[in-house]
Amino acid sequence: MTQEYRVLLEHADKINPESAADYIQVGGYKGLEKARSMNPKDLTEEVKKSGLRGRGGAGFNAGMKWSFVPQYPETKYVVCNFDEGEPGTYKDRIICQKNAQALLEGMAICGHAIGSNNGYIYCRGEYPFVVEMLKKAIGNAKESGALGEFNIEVRMGAGAYVCGEETALIESIEGHRGEPRFKPPFPGVEGLWRMPTVVNNVETFACLPYIMTNGADWFAGIGAKSYPGTKVLTLTGDIENPTYFEVPTDYLLRDVIYELGGGVKGGKKLKAVQVGGTSGAFIPSQNLDTPIDFDSMGAIGAALGSGAVFVMDESRDIVDIINRIAKFFEHESCGQCTPCREGTFRCKEIMERINTGRGSLKDIENLKVLARIMQKASLCGLGQAAPIPITSTLEHFEYEYLRKLV
Amino acid sequence: MTNSINELENDAKCVFLIGTNTTENHPVIGYKIRQNVLKNGAKLIVADPRRIELAELADVYLPFKPGTDVALFNGMMNVIISEGLADREFIETRTEGYEAMAKVVENYPPEAAAEICGVDAADIIKAARLYAESEASSVCYAMGLTQHTTGTDNVKSCCNLALLTGNLGKPGTGVNPLRGQNNVQGACDMGALPVVFTAYQAVTNDEAREKFEKAWGVKLSGVNGLTLTKTINKAYEGEVKGLIVIGENPMVSDPDLHHVEEALDKLDFLIVQDIFLTETAQKADIVLPGVSFVEKDGTFSNTERRVQRVRKAVSNVGDSRQDWEILCELSTRLGYPMSYNSPEEIFEEIRTLTPSYAGMTYARLEGKGLPWPCPNEDHPGTPFLHKEKFNRGLGLFHAIEYLEPAELPDEEYPIILTTGRSLYHYHTGTMTRKAKGLDEYMPENVVQINTELAKDMNIIDGEVVRVATRRGNIELKAEVIDGIRENVIFTYFHFAEAAANVLTNADVLDPVAGIPEYKVSAARLEKIQ
Amino acid sequence: MDIKLTIDGKEIEVPQGTMLLEACRKAGADIPTFCYDPDLKLAGSCRMCVVQPKGWRNLVASCVTPAQNGMVIETESSDVVEARKVVLELMLARHKLTCHTCEKDGECNLQDYCYRYGVTESRFAGKVHNLFKDDSNPFIERDYDKCVMCTRCVRACEEITGARAINVMDRGHHAHIATAYDGSLEDSPCVFCGQCIMVCPVGALSSKIAAGQGKPAQNDKVMTTCTYCGTGCTFELNVKNDKIVGVTSNRDAEWSPVNKGALCVKGRFGWDFVNSPERLTTPLIKENGEFRPASWDEALDLAADKIKAVKEQYGPDSISMFSSARITNEENYLAQKLMRAAIGSNNVDHCARL
Ligand SMILES: Cc1cc2nc3c(=O)[nH]c(=O)nc-3n(C[C@H](O)[C@H](O)[C@H](O)COP(=O)(O)O)c2cc1C
Ligand code: SF4
Ligand code: SF4
Ligand code: SF4
Ligand code: SF4
Ligand code: FES
Repeated sequence: MTQEYRVLLEHADKINPESAADYIQVGGYKGLEKARSMNPKDLTEEVKKSGLRGRGGAGFNAGMKWSFVPQYPETKYVVCNFDEGEPGTYKDRIICQKNAQALLEGMAICGHAIGSNNGYIYCRGEYPFVVEMLKKAIGNAKESGALGEFNIEVRMGAGAYVCGEETALIESIEGHRGEPRFKPPFPGVEGLWRMPTVVNNVETFACLPYIMTNGADWFAGIGAKSYPGTKVLTLTGDIENPTYFEVPTDYLLRDVIYELGGGVKGGKKLKAVQVGGTSGAFIPSQNLDTPIDFDSMGAIGAALGSGAVFVMDESRDIVDIINRIAKFFEHESCGQCTPCREGTFRCKEIMERINTGRGSLKDIENLKVLARIMQKASLCGLGQAAPIPITSTLEHFEYEYLRKLV
Repeated sequence: MTNSINELENDAKCVFLIGTNTTENHPVIGYKIRQNVLKNGAKLIVADPRRIELAELADVYLPFKPGTDVALFNGMMNVIISEGLADREFIETRTEGYEAMAKVVENYPPEAAAEICGVDAADIIKAARLYAESEASSVCYAMGLTQHTTGTDNVKSCCNLALLTGNLGKPGTGVNPLRGQNNVQGACDMGALPVVFTAYQAVTNDEAREKFEKAWGVKLSGVNGLTLTKTINKAYEGEVKGLIVIGENPMVSDPDLHHVEEALDKLDFLIVQDIFLTETAQKADIVLPGVSFVEKDGTFSNTERRVQRVRKAVSNVGDSRQDWEILCELSTRLGYPMSYNSPEEIFEEIRTLTPSYAGMTYARLEGKGLPWPCPNEDHPGTPFLHKEKFNRGLGLFHAIEYLEPAELPDEEYPIILTTGRSLYHYHTGTMTRKAKGLDEYMPENVVQINTELAKDMNIIDGEVVRVATRRGNIELKAEVIDGIRENVIFTYFHFAEAAANVLTNADVLDPVAGIPEYKVSAARLEKIQ
Repeated sequence: MDIKLTIDGKEIEVPQGTMLLEACRKAGADIPTFCYDPDLKLAGSCRMCVVQPKGWRNLVASCVTPAQNGMVIETESSDVVEARKVVLELMLARHKLTCHTCEKDGECNLQDYCYRYGVTESRFAGKVHNLFKDDSNPFIERDYDKCVMCTRCVRACEEITGARAINVMDRGHHAHIATAYDGSLEDSPCVFCGQCIMVCPVGALSSKIAAGQGKPAQNDKVMTTCTYCGTGCTFELNVKNDKIVGVTSNRDAEWSPVNKGALCVKGRFGWDFVNSPERLTTPLIKENGEFRPASWDEALDLAADKIKAVKEQYGPDSISMFSSARITNEENYLAQKLMRAAIGSNNVDHCARL
């Protein structure tokens, strides 16, 4: 099995993403129609049954998330997380640029399920051109009547990585500092303006129209059982074909690199792959025969995350890369909680020391302790995941550290 | 206050502030009102000639002309009655005198009231609706309402408004005077007033007098005494010959200071008991050093009628003495021996003669104190008054017409001067001017002038200007601000060296309460060449 | 509805919605906290209060985690202790550790917890910031080199006083407490109520008026009622060697029913007039326009003579008394009693109206 399997991107470049009419021609907005013919409870059940899990990183069952939203308050929100702050990740942008109407339709389906007509798309600050396009797409869809009463507003992010975290994103939409909230309460109960809010990733929403038109069973039958469907991946680093692909979720990591990706650039040997973005684990070559789905990745101590695949060849200096990653997190910590605010800073200090040949064994010991506590005690996913690159490389590539010590 | 302070944070759904710059003069109460607005969405109405801090949060802000309070209240009541927002049941079951009041109020449709007050009629209507429609509305006022020739009328109008809407006798409602000094309430409760003994028992009431005569073992006068301002006038006229002053500083706090000084000069004797050689003490024949609050035991009663303990923390300074001991010594020397072992023993005597304090003991006051009335030792104290009935039975409406302030601006003195307090100082500054931080932060007096007026007069911020009235003039720095009416200027009265009360009027007093009209004097602003 | 859970082997019941912190304390566990404040919105950010729910991968901050039925909690597991030590060491790594001269010495959460967990120094020591704020105001010292970023001051400023003078500025490790544009308090909406000092768990904020006169932890405290406005706030006078050296808050509503420890600038910073060298220390008698010190007997005899003479010549109503809204009830009572019973006139008043 070396083929792409395109669902979301099937009509890429063949239709105008701004045009609702184009989209309707290829079967669009049928899913919403079907969804609206159902009662919200059944709709949520249907989505649950499809097994669709969040594509933003945490992999939570979408239908389940919706089912936590209480019925009573009038005002609720549907928020699309299009912050896409991971360096090397651009799959949400591709989905928008190729199939924006599917995202809008997906949000409206969710709106029907939870009883909301208020949609927000929180778009990464670096994507002003996509914002323009999205606004046109929304205008066009509204005009065509396809969205009915459902409204969507686009908000621009401020360029902070942590604003991709759903509660920081909510704070940011509210006009506050982009700092994550402690949970519970989860957004489903208390989200935007303290009202029940569903936050899903672009790709998660974009799957919904296809689930509705083809049925939950159809979706559940694609790819890995526990994480069905397709996944859009973006390949970067030392790879022959640095581009994006849509594959079923039981696709092997090895095939991503050697089949679709065309192998390591220049025929060099592979040293490591980092999957899931900056906070992803470094996977050594002996673990390549793992399917990319959420749970299989989890089993080898990695995470599918956003679906970014960063390939490193044999010539790469792991410690130097980790040093740069440490710098990234030191810069991106929101500064709210102690383990992350101080921890990312001290990680960076220690990594700098090691990378410049001034580190000691004691530093490595301290790094391990610090990493463990950051993972266990930080307030949000950023601080919890920031040390993963460090711990995974200390596990698989410790010799690279040791040879740099004084 | 009829109600308690914490109700302003937790129970009131609408707070109406008139003549109180709460965040500066009762800061902690100000915080509570602000939190109620911010956290619970309580409605806020602010009526003040100056754009005070809380005006920023107000649903309606009425920058009305100083001294037009009655017109404002009548205007609001006119709206409430004509729009059917009055609490009919309350009026019928708990009040009397409605008809006469309503008849007067008829003459104040919002447009007419707006004309007098210099505000928009729409804002009067809005304020009236907010106040009347909320579940629990509380009106708070301070000296801004009372320091007028019509002060008593103003307060009565305020009560009318509360009665009309049934905003009395429930949590979060009430007519709530915010008392300026920490123990004004207590001083009044204790009968440091010319017309009453403790707990407002009239000296002219034979029964009350007999009770005190019996307790004190001496014949007492049944003639009302002189108020503070009258005393000064009588001293000036030579009828009052001797004056004992305890912890007061009329040489800064009283109106028309030149007049005060001349009056004190005419006395046969002036005895001052204080902790500092105040401006008044400097004029004394004999100065008796008392002690400050950190050196004494006793009780204070705050503005919500809560009696709380004051506790001695350190020894007397030098050869100074406990104020109660000084009073006992003096009384004994006057042939009326007084002797107690402690303030607690005095308190025990007080509660036998003061029904509202009867249930209090020092033991019960330990911790959070008790709000009076507390008639017996099992009584938990009374956080809000008038629950089932008023003291006199039915609540009485007063029919009150608007009267102009005594001294209106004219050609010679075209501006209205109004005076008040700062967050950073207290009363005559006797204490705060000697607190290092406070004096460093605000070392001198200023006069606040509207930007437009300053522009017209070519006055810049920080420039020293002269403020003159018929009584005198002072020179002080100009603070040019937007948040004050154009023909009104404001200054503080804490500063002896630029004493605002050189300017104020001692001739006109509220006929009932004897309060001078500090909030309205006709003045002239002069540029110093 | 009550829920049942097990804390350090002890089964307890708490009402639904109770946070673990409260449940743990109820079960007798002593949970350390920095950012938690019972009167302020929750922050859940210092992570000092973490505990271990059995079967959970991560530790949870007990102050913001609701207790759940059937939970099994360990409050001092090795992971918990390690996490707390690391949190403390991370704080220490940027801390200006000068306990010997610190106003907070003896009642500082950082100091106490380092002692409790045996943290003598930080494994993560490295670069320190220079965040001391040279703020010229006469009331509040801001030494952010001792700040642990708990944000209690920010919340107190907003949620008690409502001034919103300070907030967190910048992100990550550069985050620090600042006024808008990082200026001085004087140029901000600050009203110098000192609520920030009241809630600060360490010595980052302190009173300039009290500085150097006695560490609050070592002073005697006497509860009393404010001498200024009619609000009737209560607070603790700090006493050392028979001298008032400061004012601190008692936040217990049982002792501070009106203000729960909150004060204004006058109450918190306006107390030092009691130590003024200008205080009167002896009776004075004026002779030829000049005061001279006198003994009590002399001054009181003279006062009585003057009163008696005027009374005899002009009658009791020729004498008046101004009592005071600043002296106690007991003193006011005696003052009017003296005027009425000893002199025989109702001419007694005070400045209620001024
Ligand atoms: C530091 C951090 C950054 C994140 N960034 C993103 C992001 O850019 N896009 C995204 O969809 N989810 C991001 N997430 C995950 C979101 O918090 C949230 O789980 C997601 O939006 C839920 O959508 P889903 O269930 O559809 O995946 C981030 C999480 C963390 C902790
Ligand atoms: S883990 Fe980092 S990003 Fe998340 S709340 Fe804590 S400091 Fe902020
Ligand atoms: S803040 Fe605490 S730990 Fe820091 S110097 Fe002061 S007492 Fe010591
Ligand atoms: S100054 Fe004090 S209260 Fe404010 S954040 Fe720092 S440690 Fe906390
Ligand atoms: S602390 Fe401030 S608000 Fe409280 S009683 Fe004293 S002066 Fe009034
Ligand atoms: S006390 Fe719980 S996180 Fe700070």
